[in-house]
Amino acid sequence: MLAVRDLAVRFGGVTALESVSFDVRVGSITSVIGPNGAGKTTAFNAITGYLRPSGGRVTYDGAALTGLRPSAIARRGVVRTFQKTSVFPALSVEDNVLTGLHLWSTAGFFAVLAGRRRLAAEERALAAEAVAIIDFVGLGPRRREVASALPYGEQRLVELAVALAARPRVLLLDEPGAGMTGSEKTVVSGLIRRIREQGVTVLLVEHDMRMVMGISDTVIVLNGGRVIAEGAPAAIQAHPEVIRAYLGAAAASA
Amino acid sequence: MTRAGGFILLAAALTLPLWLPNAYHLHVAIMAGIFAVLAMSLNLLLGYTGQLSLGHAAFFGIGAYTSALLTLKLEWSFWPALATAAALAGAAGFLIGRLALKLRGAYFVLVTISFAGVIALVSVNWIELTNGPLGLPGVPAPELGSWSLRTKTAYYYLVLASVGLSYLLCRRLVRSRIGRALVALRENEPLAESVGVDVTHYLVLATAVSAAMAGLGGVLYAHYTRFVSPEVFLFTYTVTMVIMVVAGGKGTLGGPLVGAVLFTVLPEALRAATSWQWQMLAYGVLLVLLVFFLPRGIVPRLSAVVAARRSEPAAPAPRA
Repeated sequence: MLAVRDLAVRFGGVTALESVSFDVRVGSITSVIGPNGAGKTTAFNAITGYLRPSGGRVTYDGAALTGLRPSAIARRGVVRTFQKTSVFPALSVEDNVLTGLHLWSTAGFFAVLAGRRRLAAEERALAAEAVAIIDFVGLGPRRREVASALPYGEQRLVELAVALAARPRVLLLDEPGAGMTGSEKTVVSGLIRRIREQGVTVLLVEHDMRMVMGISDTVIVLNGGRVIAEGAPAAIQAHPEVIRAYLGAAAASA
Repeated sequence: MTRAGGFILLAAALTLPLWLPNAYHLHVAIMAGIFAVLAMSLNLLLGYTGQLSLGHAAFFGIGAYTSALLTLKLEWSFWPALATAAALAGAAGFLIGRLALKLRGAYFVLVTISFAGVIALVSVNWIELTNGPLGLPGVPAPELGSWSLRTKTAYYYLVLASVGLSYLLCRRLVRSRIGRALVALRENEPLAESVGVDVTHYLVLATAVSAAMAGLGGVLYAHYTRFVSPEVFLFTYTVTMVIMVVAGGKGTLGGPLVGAVLFTVLPEALRAATSWQWQMLAYGVLLVLLVFFLPRGIVPRLSAVVAARRSEPAAPAPRA
């Protein structure tokens, strides 16, 4: 279980997160929603080591993640994607995913220099796995194309494939549907469901309410750096605090 | 490069002293080989991790001085001196890598420049050790068993073997997970971290290997010219390496080789053709043209042409 306790992030005098606590159940799809500036991405950055929190801690299966480098957190099975499209632009889709498989290759410096035979076998296995992951996200025909040449929606899928290559146990997706067309969002929702079916816990930041309410088991609502509600999608949609946060006080009393 | 083309080039390189027996031509070939090692070394950093070291002459100089001192003062034989010199240059690279841990781009450039400046000052001022600006004459020629590698032909083969070894080393590194980690650092550092690539670890590794290789270049230079002076730390050496890598094609295996040969032979050819002033002018114009028309370098452009040729027959010819 991924547990976030009293997480606080302050930038100078600005409090971006103020004592945020929540749990992400194993095998669940949990979404974090909230108006712009609520602290969603800040929470992601603090959990995955891209930002040192001013207070609080994050544990995964009881072990502390706070204070570790992002690469060390990834090694513990907690992998994130980025809100802004983030691929290795000059590399082919295949090489993007191969790079994502970094943790699953054992080749050390001296083994590489010696040109050990088992490394060639390992490279073949990795290449086969990369192909499988690329097929999974539906980019099979694009395998050899350069990532930066792909349309936006497909670049987001490359990003998802790179994250999956790290074989996460918890996958944090930062607005995977942002800027996508309706049909692309349906594809992504389907992929997220299938990823969960494979035993991966998913934590999601997303603005598209239809997508969030459609796939989440639990929804956490952030506003002004604090958790204002947490529960099943149906309960969240009826929650007066949530309605107030999104639509203002008048709508809640109407 | 195609396999057949590679074999032809290899055969040409192996037989070069047979069809180019002129001592001056061999000298140019040896210098091209030494610069090929240096350019490959710089390419590992600039081409793959995307970090520019403008202090690369420092590692070159450390290699040259270490080997010269060990053979002159302690009377070591060439081979252990070579290994020690490369290792020491590598250790210096490791140190720079650690220092520059969080520094990228311009800051990395500054750290490497400052390091080279400091080392150059040491070589001028630590007179008891380095003999200061007068340098160290009489560096012995290497020996292989009872053979002396004093002749240009023998030395050419020593340099060629070093080029081959360095090329193989680069190729293995680049085509492994280590190479992918280096490129990941160049392409998108936060993303690389997110999938578990410990980016700084690989940057330190690349700097150390690159420095050791530059040190090897320094050893080859010292025992060829038989003389080492603070001149080995000249900024021109670094600039020449950068030009070779960028013009040849950074981030490719063949690029630094092509760049090294071209930019060793070209100044020599120009020297034969025209007077000094015209030489520099022609050199400059050619550089500008190269950057203008082949911004990614010669080798990437050639590979693109070859790839296009290959896919051409597959496409149906348009009918009039």
